[in-house]
Amino acid sequence: MLVEIKNLKSYFFLDEGVLKAVDDVSFAIDERETVALVGESGCGKTIVALSLLDLIPSPGRIVDGQMFFMGEDLRTMNREQMRQVRGQHIGLVFQEPGVALNPVYTVGNQIAEVLRLHRGLTKQEAKTESVQLLGDVGIADPEERAKAYPFELSGGMQQRALIATAIAGRPELLIADEPTTALDPTVQAEILDLLRYLQEQYNMALLLITHDIGVVAEMADRVMVMYTGKIVETADVHALFRDARHPYTKGLLGSAPRLGVGRGEPLRGIPGTVPDFLELPEGCTFHPRCSLGDDECVSAFPPIEDIAPGRQCACYKVS
Amino acid sequence: MSNARAAPWLALVPGLGHLALGRRAKGMHLLVFAFATGFILIWRLDRVTGAFQSRAVDQLVAALFLIGSLLFVAAYSRWDVQRIVERADEPPMAVKSPWRIAGRRFRENTLAVASLYVIAVFYLAAILAPLLAPYDPSAIENVLETRYLVPSGAHLFGTDEFGRDLFTRALYGARISLSIGLLAMLLSKVLGTFYGAVAAYFGGLVDAVLMRLVDVIIAFPTFYLMLMLVGVFEANIVLLVLILGLTSWPGTARYIRGEILSLKEQEFAESARAIGLPPRLVIVRHLIPSALSPVLVSAALSVAGMIGAEAGLSFLGLGIRPPTPSWGNMVSGGQDALLVAWWVAFFPGGLLALTLISFSLLADGIRDALDPKVLMRRFV
Repeated sequence: MLVEIKNLKSYFFLDEGVLKAVDDVSFAIDERETVALVGESGCGKTIVALSLLDLIPSPGRIVDGQMFFMGEDLRTMNREQMRQVRGQHIGLVFQEPGVALNPVYTVGNQIAEVLRLHRGLTKQEAKTESVQLLGDVGIADPEERAKAYPFELSGGMQQRALIATAIAGRPELLIADEPTTALDPTVQAEILDLLRYLQEQYNMALLLITHDIGVVAEMADRVMVMYTGKIVETADVHALFRDARHPYTKGLLGSAPRLGVGRGEPLRGIPGTVPDFLELPEGCTFHPRCSLGDDECVSAFPPIEDIAPGRQCACYKVS
Repeated sequence: MSNARAAPWLALVPGLGHLALGRRAKGMHLLVFAFATGFILIWRLDRVTGAFQSRAVDQLVAALFLIGSLLFVAAYSRWDVQRIVERADEPPMAVKSPWRIAGRRFRENTLAVASLYVIAVFYLAAILAPLLAPYDPSAIENVLETRYLVPSGAHLFGTDEFGRDLFTRALYGARISLSIGLLAMLLSKVLGTFYGAVAAYFGGLVDAVLMRLVDVIIAFPTFYLMLMLVGVFEANIVLLVLILGLTSWPGTARYIRGEILSLKEQEFAESARAIGLPPRLVIVRHLIPSALSPVLVSAALSVAGMIGAEAGLSFLGLGIRPPTPSWGNMVSGGQDALLVAWWVAFFPGGLLALTLISFSLLADGIRDALDPKVLMRRFV
């Protein structure tokens, strides 16, 4: 078990009230496993990742829960230990490489910075190694590209460079937060291939945060579906696509376009929108958008329960 | 190419190697600088050698600076020529850093470049004053015969009421005025930048406490503080630098705080934290550099402001006290004699004005060179 999270609660304390961005989330990730965290925009996926790194922006903070990484309790770590975790044990790839890279330094410098910080390389060693890393992430002519500023690179190359900074510390876990959302479809496929290749090469676990069902199908071993700060279903990727149980998961799968579906057939979306976090519906937060919703659903949020080996679901209508 | 083979040998004379390789601008600069310093060395050889025997520190510093800069230019130009020859086969650098682009834009701005030359010459003259000065700045002899002499070959700027050579005094005055301006600016900008950055980065209570202190300092009437401090302590360079520097940083602190507040929310700041950098490195390496270019502009203006403020204080008799010359107290000393001897106040005043104008033109040049809109237009 590489990562184990139990009952994590990360809240934002706003003037308007308490925003429960991550509310009682538990999950685990094994070594070298690829886990996808799926959900619509604004359901708390990114905050789960930031909680792991203790990087939640103010006025948010972790309220409760336990987080273990390689057997170590992340929540009892002091700042210095936490900084060792960031970059050295957990790497983070952001959604928009164009703004995640610092515009005033060359990409080579930014990779070298991680190498010097976490692997104690000298300036010269770090320079050589960063060129090596740029080659590893599939950038042609890495020697020259290392001297380029982020704005001189294409979006795909920027994302590759950003991935290089994230893996430079040789982390055991790579968190990729919507790594392909800002990219062209052809480049998306390349980046996904790259992530898979690097995962093999560096023996990393991958936590893939996405709202793209296609990406999930292509990459993940296991899937966790998140809605309004809670995990509502977890399953093996094959099981999930064959037989989704939670009505929300079914809705997500149904709303993704697929080849082979009859031409002219309309895409079925999920009715309604993600509710306001400060005015969540009573009980199951999904019930107003759910075709199965009834009085039972209004009573309390359904507990997440094992419904089959390796499968969990939080719904009164699923047994 | 025979030039490439000859260049390292030509480079024994600073600049010639560059000229042979077609680097005209760099070559001319090196050549002129080497000739000027070399000329001064030969012209004032007695003073340079004398400096090592006497105990006059300022003369020794000037002599060491002169010899050191001559050696540096010689070594640099040889090293640079060799580098150019070695890299002749490589393709020219495709990558243009933002600083390089800004530098090129700056060089196209004739006025700004001219003011940079003026400033450079003034600072060099100030450092080398003990070697250049034709007379002793405070020697008084035969006052009746030497007082109020009209500017001439012997006394370029004339003499004052005590018969002291005004050109000499202006040179020594430049040391005071220019060094106070530069040091007070550095103190103010460095302090303001770090203060504002720390307040913004840590936010919350830290920010509130630090910025209320800034409010207090801004609300405090600086001028009366200066008058009081100058009244209590004897005014000298250190005191003036401290007073001017320590009262003028809140503006920079506020500006930097505002910038960093917005920069720290940007994703590259978050990604700097995510790779495990401690806060001080996030601030110094990732946030401050992005906020710094307007500070550069205001730094150039601020030197002018500081020099002006020092001159003002000295003019009022609250700054540097005579007989130590500063441009401010020289103007002050000349105002009584304005109708009899206009040159006493005119030359230091003129130098002061020229310096202030040069710094503001320099600031304009820096601003235009760093303007991101202009940068983009050139790049695309």
